Amino acid sequence: MTLTTENAARSGENIRVTRSRRNVAWTGLGALVVVVVLALFPYIVYSGTTTIMVQAFIVLTLASMWNLLAGYAGLVSVGQQAFVGLGAYFVLILAINGTSPFAALPVAAVACGVAAVPLWWLVARLRSGYFAIGTWVLAATVMLIIERFSSIGGGTGMPLPGLSGYDPALLTAYTYWIALAVTVVALGTMYLVLRGRLGLVLTAIRDDETAARSSGARVGLARMGVFVIAGIFCGAAGAVQAISQLGVQPDSIFSVQWTAEMAFAVIIGGIGTIEGPILGTIVYIVLQQTLSSYNAWYLIVLGLVAIAVALYARRGLWGLIDDHLHVRLFPVGYWLWDADSSGRRRGLGRRGGPGRRGGLGGQGPGLGRRGRSLGRPGRGGQ
Amino acid sequence: MSEPLLEVRELTVHHGQLRALDQVSLRVLPGEVYAIIGANGAGKSTLLRTIAGLHQPTSGSVWYDGKDVTRVRTERRATQGIVMVPEGRRLFGSLSVQENLQVGASYARPGPWNIERVYETFEWMKDRRSQLTAQLSGGEQQAVAIGRALVANPRVLLLDELSLGLAPVVVQRIYAMLPQILASGLTVLLVEQDVSQALRVASHLQCLLEGHTTLEGKPADVTPQQVEAAYFGLESSAPEGSTSLWSGSTPSSRAS
Amino acid sequence: MVWVNAIIQGILTGGLYALFACGLSLMFGVMKVVNLAHGDLAIVGAYIALGVITITHIPVLWSFVIVVPIMAVLGYALQRTVIQAALDRSVLTTLLVTFGLSVVIENALLQFINANSHALGVGNSIITGSFSIGSQIQIAYLLVLIFAVAVVVLLGLQYFLSASRYGRMIRAVADDREAAQLSGVDYRHVFGIAAAIAFGTVALSGIAYGMYSQFAPTTGTDTILLFAFAAVVIGGLGSLWGTLLGGVILGVAQQIGAQINISYEVLAGYIVLLAVLVLRPQGLTGRRA
Repeated sequence: MTLTTENAARSGENIRVTRSRRNVAWTGLGALVVVVVLALFPYIVYSGTTTIMVQAFIVLTLASMWNLLAGYAGLVSVGQQAFVGLGAYFVLILAINGTSPFAALPVAAVACGVAAVPLWWLVARLRSGYFAIGTWVLAATVMLIIERFSSIGGGTGMPLPGLSGYDPALLTAYTYWIALAVTVVALGTMYLVLRGRLGLVLTAIRDDETAARSSGARVGLARMGVFVIAGIFCGAAGAVQAISQLGVQPDSIFSVQWTAEMAFAVIIGGIGTIEGPILGTIVYIVLQQTLSSYNAWYLIVLGLVAIAVALYARRGLWGLIDDHLHVRLFPVGYWLWDADSSGRRRGLGRRGGPGRRGGLGGQGPGLGRRGRSLGRPGRGGQ
Repeated sequence: MSEPLLEVRELTVHHGQLRALDQVSLRVLPGEVYAIIGANGAGKSTLLRTIAGLHQPTSGSVWYDGKDVTRVRTERRATQGIVMVPEGRRLFGSLSVQENLQVGASYARPGPWNIERVYETFEWMKDRRSQLTAQLSGGEQQAVAIGRALVANPRVLLLDELSLGLAPVVVQRIYAMLPQILASGLTVLLVEQDVSQALRVASHLQCLLEGHTTLEGKPADVTPQQVEAAYFGLESSAPEGSTSLWSGSTPSSRAS
Repeated sequence: MVWVNAIIQGILTGGLYALFACGLSLMFGVMKVVNLAHGDLAIVGAYIALGVITITHIPVLWSFVIVVPIMAVLGYALQRTVIQAALDRSVLTTLLVTFGLSVVIENALLQFINANSHALGVGNSIITGSFSIGSQIQIAYLLVLIFAVAVVVLLGLQYFLSASRYGRMIRAVADDREAAQLSGVDYRHVFGIAAAIAFGTVALSGIAYGMYSQFAPTTGTDTILLFAFAAVVIGGLGSLWGTLLGGVILGVAQQIGAQINISYEVLAGYIVLLAVLVLRPQGLTGRRA
């Protein structure tokens, strides 16, 4: 049978469409529990641990955004450090003018989102390699421009005003909580975006851009939306970094090393999934803590592992887990279920030959159409 | 004498999910002009490309000169004597005519064909040899593409849809060159949508439909109705006096 | 006259930038690979030269005889293994892998050598020093030499690509990889050759840079990579002379920027690059994609 006749036979089947394989209410509850436990950390662990956690939150936020850009929108950006730096500097500027850095953070994040629009315009028409270089140059340019202004520290940077009045333990706790808040909001935003319309458009673009365009998807707008969202939360992460470092230093806040960290975390964890960056961040932090006394070693190891994963385990660690356990913590795809079977994944990719289809084809058109294929099931991205 | 030079055994080829070829077999004897015909999407080009090595089959095998070449890479097959003139010419657009031929000759086997002989066969080419191939007409490009394949001195020449995008008179002129090419001892396996053209030159013929073989034999042994039925997948017995959709001629009908 | 001097300095530096860029241009033109590790490879070349000079006491100007072949072999090996594997996967993978290589190389240099700056120096040769035209134009012999080397390399590459068998095959593979395979050309081997040539020129550019200025592990990404890309983008892909033109424009823009305010030097170059990316991404000599 050719493809067309097989699909015609299948349309008479009883098909159910759900968002996930199991009941995700439990996963949602689990996530809530995790967040609550994390929020209690400052009360139960030493400040050394909270500092590491803050770093982990920053990397997780950045990694999630890089994943959104590269894994879903197809934009490999080597210049997100521009927003990390801008976020930090916006907080600095507001703090110099009297605002508390904690209150300044959301404003700075939004400002980064606004700044992302003209920056996007500069690189919007570039593709893959050129886009990567374009964003890199953009970041370098932003840094050079900011360094011109001695009122915000020039080339050497300056400490962040407004933090000296806090009790050290309280400061650590507040820093921790705001870092946690940023991460939760970032992940939550990403999840909602991917579940919604924008996510569908992005998946369509990733599968076939021309087809997506001719279906009416606003490709340019979708990509810009992603770039702006990434700008907002990278900026927020940069703001957290400034608060946790008690100051801003241009060479370090605009360093391309930020991109290296987010990219490697995403690649190792699993690009194109929401769970991947979480896993990747864990690996990153573990490696960094284990090898931290060996200076550049953790980046060497991280880089080599990332290269190996990119070549031989394309979907990263999460991909390996997903292949074996078929779990999805953050369901953004769809599952197709036959009326008779309860666990077999179906869709346009089929494994069986005509024989397996025979039984279903016999159901005939009498049952009518119960559901339609809504795109590739299960995987939010391939 | 009846050892096939090129043989395909039960070849099944997939394009992603789509099955383009289903258990197709063929045997090409030395010196034959073997034509594969069929409508769009029948799998003809896929068959040729798999023989050339550009596709890996899901199952089945390709045999050349008595050896299994299914896993041999494209470039090695070319240097061993299976050379394809690809669909759409696929010349190197930024290179001149001469340079295209030179690339074709980079790994040439010893044999009667060389660049000079190609210039003799296609008289207009020598004067235009410094021209970039992107500036040539469709028919001229097709000639250069054939020349590029010939200078490699293949034993089996694969011709993929020579007539595609060309005016009928140009197509005829190109096919008229075929005897000269064959005289040097080549075996030709060609794919053609233009059935009448294929039948005029073929010594053996096979028709594909949706990846299956629907007809196979010598042109003298098949009737126009059989070819038409095989091409379109209809019932082969057409009632007497019915209008045939295909108005070409086979060697047998010409003889009568 | 200071402006004339600035322009002349810019033109001469353009030769160095063109030398940075021609390997990049080759790899992108032939294989569509944007090698983010390009700058770091130049620095590797400089470090190898440093090592070779320290061990063998060979004059700086002759170090390329040893370093260029080493890097060329390295390029072939890297292309046939890692980069080809990445190309077989996807464009995204290639970017990620070359980025990973860049980070690994830089940090390995930091770890195994140190973070300090080094310089190859110019040795005792005649090219120390400079000559003057009038009172405000001073031209360093070294820069003139580098510019001459750049022109020679570009001429050599141009000749190689247009007249030699391998050059033809490289152009053929770049035009249509499958058709080249059908003509018996092993495109992986051809890619390897192209990479070897690219790495050879990168080594040369690294040595040139090491003679001209100081280098450290991070110089590859801080300076060389973005300048190389700027030269390629501004000049346009598809012609090696475009790369020279791009390098010259970059150099001149930087020197003019420096004349206005010394700290504007690098910024001026980036702004020109961004302008080209926005207004005419195919560069000055490139065809519209």
